Amino acid sequence: MFKKFNIKEDVTGHTQVKSSVQRAIRAKILEQYKEGIEGIIDDVMPKKAPLILMKCHEHINLIVMNNEVLFFNHFDGHYYPTLKLLHKYPNMLPRLQVDRGAIKFVMAGANIMCPGLTSKGARMDVSVPADSVVAITAEGKNEILAVGTTKMSTDDIKRINKNIGVETVHYLNDCLWKTVVDL
Amino acid sequence: MADSPDAPSNEHVKPREVPYCGFCSLPPEYCEFGPTLDKCKQWLSRNDKVLYSILYNTLEDHLAATSLGEPEEDKKKAKEAAKIEKQMQKKMQSKVLIKRIERTKRKCVTSVFGLENFDVDLKKAAKLFANKFACGSSVTKNNQGNDEIVVQGDVSDEIFDLILEHWPIVPEDNIDLIEDKKKGK
Repeated sequence: MFKKFNIKEDVTGHTQVKSSVQRAIRAKILEQYKEGIEGIIDDVMPKKAPLILMKCHEHINLIVMNNEVLFFNHFDGHYYPTLKLLHKYPNMLPRLQVDRGAIKFVMAGANIMCPGLTSKGARMDVSVPADSVVAITAEGKNEILAVGTTKMSTDDIKRINKNIGVETVHYLNDCLWKTVVDL
Repeated sequence: MADSPDAPSNEHVKPREVPYCGFCSLPPEYCEFGPTLDKCKQWLSRNDKVLYSILYNTLEDHLAATSLGEPEEDKKKAKEAAKIEKQMQKKMQSKVLIKRIERTKRKCVTSVFGLENFDVDLKKAAKLFANKFACGSSVTKNNQGNDEIVVQGDVSDEIFDLILEHWPIVPEDNIDLIEDKKKGK
């Protein structure tokens, strides 16, 4: 999604949203992440701080607070946390680990294929259903490498072991990662 | 993640501080997958010796193993690194022009051109100049279609100092002062 993204050109406008909209967004994020975020939501998104919604091309919305992109979504889909936020609160999402060989492909924007999640260096300690937001870590690394949505449930990934397992949405060193918001 | 022991409870969870590489902005452990490993290494060894020794002492063997296996990969990486290097060099060579343009006999404007090559937000810069010199300042397109900042009044020397102070990445030698006496024929 952010393979090509330029904040100067791709942002059509940004507005400070009404507090009712802010509450709605907050509620949606809370609902989506439940346990993962309950304890930290007040730190991540203080109720009173102004929240800015950046509308970009292709129906991407960025949620910006204090000049930091916190979440983004596509159409009315999931709200994905950005990697910078995830690095601060790594327990927000269920984590899947890919093997070492996959890292360079993921960092080039490739989707994560099932074998990369089932091989020796990889780990899937949690079971998640299809179409849920997950964080991707890597063999031998502490930090989170990418964010994506599962294309099939973790059980299916193990069973089928073919095709795309996780669709990469945002990864290290993509254009969103490099973006510096300055309003 | 609800069932794992380190899942966040409802207690207050402090944000983790993650160091980022000053050169490629990645977390240092991912530098090896970035295009500029050598530069990143230099940066890390200067800024965080502890982390450097942890990361690269164990990594050296790994790297040697992988790079031997994939010579093509190395070539690609080298190419990319060279590209970045080139861009940097180009950036360092580009000039910032400060031009004094006469409007009428004793009134003039100062135009600043080329700041955007150093990743300066022109709008912000214009605002800064306006604040600093208490005068009008705006971003305009000149007749070549490039953006430049036009500041009302002759403030060329002050701008020179201000740029140096405010954007230290702009090398002093690259800033040129030009006096354009007879503007428009």
